[in-house]
Parts: sequence; C-alpha cells; structure tokens
Amino acid sequence: MPATLTLPGMHADSDADSDADSDAASHADSHANGHPDTRLHAVHADADAQARAARAWTVLDAVPDPEIPVVSIRDLGILREVAIADDGALEIVITPTYSGCPAMAEIAEDIGRALDQADLGPWKIRTVLAPAWTTDWITAEGRDKLRAYGIAPPARCADQGAPTRPLRFVPRHRAPGDTGAANATGARVATGAVGATGAVGATGAVGATGAAGATGAAGATGARASDNVTCPHCGSPDTEPLSQFGSTACKALYRCRACREPFDYFKPY
Amino acid sequence: MTATLSPTPSPLLSNLPLARTAGWQYVLRLADNALILGQRNAEWCGHGPVLEEDIALANISLDLIGQARLLYARAGELEAELTGRARHEDDYAYWRGEREFRNWTLLELPHSGPLAGTASSDRDYAVTIVRNFLYSALMVELWSALAGSRDAGLAAIASKSIKEARYHLHHGADWLVRLGDGTELSHERTQRALDHLLPYMNECFVPDPVEQEAAAQGIAVPTAELRPAWQATVEQTVAEATLTLPAATGFVSTGKQGLHSEHMSYLLAQMQSLARAHPGAHW
Repeated sequence: MPATLTLPGMHADSDADSDADSDAASHADSHANGHPDTRLHAVHADADAQARAARAWTVLDAVPDPEIPVVSIRDLGILREVAIADDGALEIVITPTYSGCPAMAEIAEDIGRALDQADLGPWKIRTVLAPAWTTDWITAEGRDKLRAYGIAPPARCADQGAPTRPLRFVPRHRAPGDTGAANATGARVATGAVGATGAVGATGAVGATGAAGATGAAGATGARASDNVTCPHCGSPDTEPLSQFGSTACKALYRCRACREPFDYFKPY
Repeated sequence: MTATLSPTPSPLLSNLPLARTAGWQYVLRLADNALILGQRNAEWCGHGPVLEEDIALANISLDLIGQARLLYARAGELEAELTGRARHEDDYAYWRGEREFRNWTLLELPHSGPLAGTASSDRDYAVTIVRNFLYSALMVELWSALAGSRDAGLAAIASKSIKEARYHLHHGADWLVRLGDGTELSHERTQRALDHLLPYMNECFVPDPVEQEAAAQGIAVPTAELRPAWQATVEQTVAEATLTLPAATGFVSTGKQGLHSEHMSYLLAQMQSLARAHPGAHW
C-alpha cells in the first residue's frame, strides 16, 4: 500500500511519485549497505508513514463541508490526496469548487484543526486547481447523503442536455401569421414596469409554461430537459427550476410540481 | 487574509521589455476584467429587482471575484519571477491607481444608460443584463481557448472559469430574451442598453502589443479569432429577443491601456477606500 492515497480521477502528481520512489530508494540503499539496522529503520519509517497517512485520511474523512454539514470534504471530492512529504510533514491536497467559494478558507482551517486534535504532527495544505473540480467526483455515498438532506444531487456532466428555452413572464400575444420575429409594439403586451406580471416563483406567471410558448418539459431558467431532477422530498420527476442560483453558488432553486415543495439542486459543474 | 506586504511594484518592472512582461500583463488584464465586473454586479446586492435576481447577481459577482483572486494570485507569481518581489491579490485590487487597471471600459460602466451620471440610484437592469450577456458570451469562447494556454496556471484557471461562465451566459441570455421579448417598456430599455453597450465591445477585439506578444508565446489567444463565434451567439440571442443589433461604429474604448472612462475613478474610490483607510489591516 503506497504512502500516498489518491482518489480515482486524480492524476498522480510529481510529489506523490517522488515519495514512492524515495521510499523504494531508501530500501535499496539500506539493503546494498548490508546494514540491517538501517534497513529495519527504513521499513519501520515507511510503515509509520503509511499508518500516519491512513490515520489522517480517516480523520479528514470526517471533516464536514461547512455549508452542507451532512457531507464530508471527501464525499464532495474536495479532499484529493493525503501524502507524507520529504520533510516528514503530512501534505494534504485539496481543490476548490467554485472559483469564489468562500468555504475554502474555513475548510483549510477545519483540516488543520482536525489534524492537530488527532496529534498527527506537522502538516501542510496544498491547493491545486488542475484537474478542475467537477461534481462528477462526488461519491455515491455523498449523493445519497445530499438527497436525504433535501438537496437533489447533480446530474452527471456528460448527461447534460442542451439548454431549454427561457421562461417568459409575459405570454406572447401573436396575431395569426405573426412569427414573433417582428419588433412591432403591437405584438407586445404593455403591462408597465418590468416584472409587473409577477416575480419569479409566483405561481401565476412562472407556472404558465404553456402560455409562454415553451415546451412543457422546458420551462424555466437554464433548465436542462435531460437533467431529470427528481424531488428529494417525494421522489417525483415532475420538477421545475425557479432560478439557476440558489442559496449558494453551487446550487439552483427548484420546485416540485407534485408535492409543491421547493428544494435545492446541486448544479453539474 | 495576509496583510499588505508590498503594495507597490518593484522599480525593475518598468525597465523590463515587453517580451518578458507580456504574459504577466495579459493575466493582469483578465484579473482586472473579472474584478471590475464583479464589483459592478455586487452593487445590486440588496437592491435586486426580485429576490432571485438579487441572489443570482450576488452569486455571479462571487464567481467573478473568485476568478479575479485566482488570476491576481497567478499574476503575483509571474511578477515575482520577473522582479523577485511578489504582490498579493489585495495589493493589486486595493493599492493600484486608475491608470494601472487594465480592464475593458465596458465593465466599469455604471448600470445606467447613455445619460449616466454618478448617482448610484439610477440602476437599469437592462444595462446589467446586456453587459453580462455580451461579456460572458465572449468569455465562454476565451476561457475555452485559454484552457490550452502554455501558462499552466492560466490554463488551470481557465478550465474552472469556463464552467462558471457558461452559467453566467445562460442567465444573461435567458434574461435578454425575457426583457427583449417582454413588455413594450422592457423591450425599449433593453434595445437602448444594447445600442449603448455594443460599441464598447470593439475594444475587446482590437489587437494590441501585449496580447500579440503573449499570443506569440502561446500564453494568450487573440480575441479577434473568437469574434465570429461570439457574433453568432449574440446574433442568435438578440434575434430571439426580438431586438436589433445596432450598426457597427468605429468607437473603440481604451480601458485595457489604462485610459478609463469618467466612471472608473468613482468605482475605485468606493472599492478601495476601506482598505486604504486601514493599510495593513487583516481579519
């Protein structure tokens, strides 16, 4: 078992490789010297390092996401790697989610605190940007936990369909033969101020997807028809997006047309 | 947050040839673009036309500021390679003057229309949406191209930013259609916003020595190459919004040369005043 624990999808970086190589090298050197004490010491050091990294992995697996405390940073794929650096310090590799995610600083602090409390010795945190974090890295357990918490887990990025038509708040009133391409003011409903027909979420305007001329399944803001977001409360697939931006940057706001409950949808990224 | 260590650049910087500084300057432009537009979008926080849009713009702004932070951090690394002295993201954001910011003029304009004063109470959502749409339609193309940049740091940032830019474009396009193909009033205001803002896009596509040198080194991609794709996206959405693209003009703004509109200094005054009032402060 290598001293470096890497998740699938993570390209092995040079640090990880050099750790494995240096361990092997120290083995070979000690053996060549024929110095049994050095060789035993090297073996013990290697085993210690492995144990320490494994323990760190277990400790960090329990570090929750600050925003969604039911999932851990490992579940979300934020925690990428746990290794022993050349100077003996634990090196924790994390990757940020959204560019502006404000939770990353807190996650780094939580990692440090967890490692200190477990007395796991000197540590350092390295943030890598590449390969770019993707919601595809969220584990199956993480998805189950999200769903149980009331957040619909993200569709696989590859499964995303083409964007659907935008929801119109003001139904088009078209004369026969009017294709809607003209700018003639006569074709437009003069209701006054923008948004006067109702805010997003008001069932009157938003619910009228039929009147908007959009297809039934299509509907609202950036809805991806093939995402098939299932309601985490009642399990119905009859859901509609209300806004592409929800309580945090990573989530969209949806509503279930069956049970009428709103819920967050973790956006594919 | 680290306290400001070295807000001013090393004097060496001004003596270095373009061949050495082009990559750093190019990254800094992208950072300034993201920061200034992030600042403008953040002005809607607490003042959005509906709650969901208040949240949407705050999230978009957060994405942009996050991109700015990553880009400033990369610029700081590049500057340290050039001069041995690094600057922190806060140094770039809060301690540079107007002439040093290299963002496109489009992004510093207030949310008002052509008769903009300095009163911040005069916000027109159509201007906000049209500007976000035009910018993100370009950035979707540019980030895609920059994912192959020879600068690994920039390529990594591009690979993340493209994902966010797609959501921004989607938001902008949706609202452009809603407003354009909406009421008489929303249509009129959106058309006016488009007439006002489209000429500012010319600057984005005009090549200049920094971009050319950085592109020659494989770091940058000339935006002129992306213009056809951008144009196609814009034309399609504008048509669906029942709007009309104004005729092309020869107007070229000059923000990326550090020569900004009359609005930039007010924006910077608001953005920088707190940091400048407490130099070296940290949380």
